[in-house]
Amino acid sequence: MSLQATTSHTVGPFFSIGLTRLAHAEIAGPGVAGERIVIEGRVLDGDGKPVPDALIELWQANSHGKYAHPEDSQEKPIEPGFKGYGRQPSDDAGKFRFTTIKPGPVPGPDGKPQAPHISVSVFARGLQRRLVTRIYFPDEAANASDFALGRVDPARRGTLIAKKAGGQPGQLEWNVILQGAGETVFFDIGL
Amino acid sequence: MAPLTGYRRPYPGTQPNHLHPTYRSSLKRAPAQPLVYLPHTLSEITGPVFGPEPADLKATDLTKQGHGDPLGKRIIVSGRVLDENGRPLRGALVEIWQANSAGRYLHRNDQHNAPLDPNFIGEGHALTDDQGRYRFVTIRPGEYPWGNHYNAWRPAHIHFSVFGPAFVTRLVTQMYFPGDALLPYDPIFNCTADEKARNRLISVFDWETTVPSHALGYKFDIVLAGRDATPMEI
Ligand SMILES: [Fe+3]
Repeated sequence: MSLQATTSHTVGPFFSIGLTRLAHAEIAGPGVAGERIVIEGRVLDGDGKPVPDALIELWQANSHGKYAHPEDSQEKPIEPGFKGYGRQPSDDAGKFRFTTIKPGPVPGPDGKPQAPHISVSVFARGLQRRLVTRIYFPDEAANASDFALGRVDPARRGTLIAKKAGGQPGQLEWNVILQGAGETVFFDIGL
Repeated sequence: MAPLTGYRRPYPGTQPNHLHPTYRSSLKRAPAQPLVYLPHTLSEITGPVFGPEPADLKATDLTKQGHGDPLGKRIIVSGRVLDENGRPLRGALVEIWQANSAGRYLHRNDQHNAPLDPNFIGEGHALTDDQGRYRFVTIRPGEYPWGNHYNAWRPAHIHFSVFGPAFVTRLVTQMYFPGDALLPYDPIFNCTADEKARNRLISVFDWETTVPSHALGYKFDIVLAGRDATPMEI
């Protein structure tokens, strides 16, 4: 047996076995209100190599800034058919892609609105705990006063903000760099 | 809106770190920068809700997903999903996946020279009932070798994915079997420093759920936050 860590004889997690059932790239179906966006990106390791066995999960509010969840007691409209959850594995090139709508602002800890954002979990072999991060949006004035971005070293904030891509409206690029130069900011939420 | 209380955070050592040099895949994947502390907001205390799905008996009985009986020892794996205060969580989505009795996954990347079982797919899902309970019928998974180090073998395990009530309570982990001689040698199992916390990942043989002349029962309770939180293990 080889001493090298190889992708064959790998330890699971074989996410594409256990977790494909719920995988879907389209978070907002037709008829859901809001600005249509496409988020594309890659998951890269500390050597800049694609991570082909990651799983990305997104959690977001609707365009009014309301979560489809009983703990959200805001008097804002619920969007029928909009759950706000998406799950996609990365492909052999480390790529993932989601289509959704831009979420509205939700309240922060001080009651003031947070800048629009999507919560992200990253799972991959080698990561015993998921990594938690957020996707923010370009040209968003509210980013300047967002409480979570305010906790981040200004030099690293850019890793949380998607970039316009492809010249198409709503086309965004947002990458997950697990380690090293340009490392994505990950949050400690305890679990 | 009422002020948010947020979820209790785990005690030090009771969850794995990201970097574990003994687990080689973590070396290039664990973040090098410290995590940024984030208080829980509405974004963290909400999470996807999975409604009642049409009853799918095959989803909870992994021995009935092929045309015949899979090879191996039938087992019943059941337990409860609990919140940080030990209260049962109803409607929690529990997904599992596992190797077959020979230690082989039905996956293109699994090159282990052990037989595939045409009658075993190895995945299931369930929603917890009003008492927070889930129950799967499956076969005992085999141990399998992996490339982490010389003569590396994974103890027998079942992968679990659980959605609790919030983004914070998302859990992916692995369940082990009592008395498995490979546990002390497994870098994945030993990533959680606290021995008591780590041992929460070992199921308990359960006489109550054992079905006479049919299948041994194993109990595995899952706690989604607080002092008794089940460690993550991807
Ligand atoms: Fe495994």
